[in-house]
Amino acid sequence: MFIRMIRGALVRQRGKMFLIAFTIALGASLATAMLNVMLDVGDKVNQELKTYGANITVKPNSSTLLSSLYDVEDEGEQIETAYLNEEDVSKLKTIFWAYNIVDFAPFMKMAVTLEDGNEAEAVGTWFNHHLDLTTGESLDAGVVSLRSWWEVTDGSWIDEQNDPVNTIMVGRMLAVRQGWNAGQTVTLTGPRGSEEVTIAGIYDAGGDEDEQIYAPLDLVQKLNGLDGKVESIEVSAITTPDNDLAKRAAQNPAALSAADYETWYCTAYVSAICYQIQEAIPDAVASAVRQVAESEGSILDKTQLLMILITILSLIGAALGISNLVTASVMERAQEFGLMKAIGAKDYSITGLVMIEILITALVGGVAGYFMGFGFAQLIGHSVFGSAIEMKVMVIPIVVVLIALVTAAGSLPAIRMILRLRPAEVLHGSKT
Amino acid sequence: MSLLELKDISKIYGELKALDNVSIHVDKGEWVAIMGPSGSGKSTMMNIIGCMDKPSKGQVFLDGVDISKESSRKLTEIRRDKIGLIFQQFHMVNYLTAVENIMVSQYYHSLPDEEEALEALGRVGLRDRAKHLPSQLSGGEQQRVCVARALINHPELILADEPTGNLDEANENIVLDLFRQLHREGTTLIVVTHDPEVAEAAQRTIVLEHGRVAREIINENFQE
Repeated sequence: MFIRMIRGALVRQRGKMFLIAFTIALGASLATAMLNVMLDVGDKVNQELKTYGANITVKPNSSTLLSSLYDVEDEGEQIETAYLNEEDVSKLKTIFWAYNIVDFAPFMKMAVTLEDGNEAEAVGTWFNHHLDLTTGESLDAGVVSLRSWWEVTDGSWIDEQNDPVNTIMVGRMLAVRQGWNAGQTVTLTGPRGSEEVTIAGIYDAGGDEDEQIYAPLDLVQKLNGLDGKVESIEVSAITTPDNDLAKRAAQNPAALSAADYETWYCTAYVSAICYQIQEAIPDAVASAVRQVAESEGSILDKTQLLMILITILSLIGAALGISNLVTASVMERAQEFGLMKAIGAKDYSITGLVMIEILITALVGGVAGYFMGFGFAQLIGHSVFGSAIEMKVMVIPIVVVLIALVTAAGSLPAIRMILRLRPAEVLHGSKT
Repeated sequence: MSLLELKDISKIYGELKALDNVSIHVDKGEWVAIMGPSGSGKSTMMNIIGCMDKPSKGQVFLDGVDISKESSRKLTEIRRDKIGLIFQQFHMVNYLTAVENIMVSQYYHSLPDEEEALEALGRVGLRDRAKHLPSQLSGGEQQRVCVARALINHPELILADEPTGNLDEANENIVLDLFRQLHREGTTLIVVTHDPEVAEAAQRTIVLEHGRVAREIINENFQE
């Protein structure tokens, strides 16, 4: 009989039940979407932030020491410069967190003399340097993606695979001052000779780089007489925001307990990645560009907080909606429940009946909401991050618990109303 | 032998005395009508007799047991086991069929038995309407289903509140005939009504005015 009553209530009141299911579905869909986005947003935001440059710099050990001692940046002539080997750069992709290293480029700076006798700073680097790693992986690394926000206002980026080595890119300010255009051939003179080079493009970086020349690393090494050497490496890595463990480890990893060390080493903290880079590249010191790393952590924390708030608000909204609908439904059915009490139903029987109806409705709404949320998450992923959101299995039990709590909370006023319902008052007036 | 006895019952709402020191008794197998104008206390008395309300003062004895101080939970059990209720507005569960509406009463009493529920429907002449929803039944048919529902658990007392108030004459006669049949079978009937014709069908009429028993009328022409 109980099943007949439930079935009757659900089937013959499907309009009302559909509205309750729809409200639950909306709450569930937002919770599903937000939780999935929140759990996936770390990687997405990190990936997004990688387009704003490197967050780790790698320098030779002695160069870093001098910089630290004299509080000056390495400026070639003033302090004897140490170098890293270009052949070690690819070792970045052999560390434990290699997958998190999304881009990198080596650099070498030197002063060159232009045709009119003026000097300019030339930066040798990789543009889209092709690497075939010992791991079997192939990739293109360099400033084309590491400086993706640069705007090429004339010509195009250097394509290392197709353009000759004697090709350069010139900063907008320098090009204006020299009257240079893309396609023009100019002569650069360094300590070890002169080279005739073609301007592939003029870029607008919006900073000091607009006064510089960016050239293939081989060309600058040749002009400088430093074949196979690099001054620094910039690395863009996807990292986990620092916590207390990461801060302690950054000071001295050796001071950590074995368990903490294991946790730290196997988490993509920027300090752990720096540590592993130093293990991979001899005589190198890797350090985090703190401002970038901390901004990334801060943005990530704020984004996740925003997602949590949206999830909480959507669930509160759903609870209020459920509460209104269920209460309205109970008020409409007051005579029915009054009759049931009059013919012998106990409070718990009627409460149980209503709760089972709502739970079945919630189940239908919750399942529909989960799949709607799946769609919303993909919509958010594609429209905000330009990629799909990975659906996490752990979201399912969380959503089930949240929807159960929200449904129970939303049903409380209606349950209270049922408990207070007096058959005499709803079946006929009691004051005559 | 008395099935129901109200002893010095009062029901007070603030300043209003809905019932004022009322004492009545109803014997087993008796058919009693309670009459009175609007506001005389009929419904309040029905609620107290039907265990849906408690008196402010006085005692209610049902089958010799004082139930005036019982908890709501206990009163629900007494109502379920001893009283069959019939209302003026019928009050059916609108998403259940006629037979299911009767089975609900069985379900909350003991165990639902569809065959027995169909027999009860047959007794009120509605077996062929068993699968109809309330919205597909006329007012008279709905009230007959309610009579069947009130009977299904074999209560000691049938308590009907204006049972013919919303019926035409033909259906009123059908319902009264059913009451006569129940009375012949020994069921105790208390019918609250303002209709003199319905009251005249009973053995005895208690007239309420301003919350008090104004008079009692024995129906000399009562027919079994």
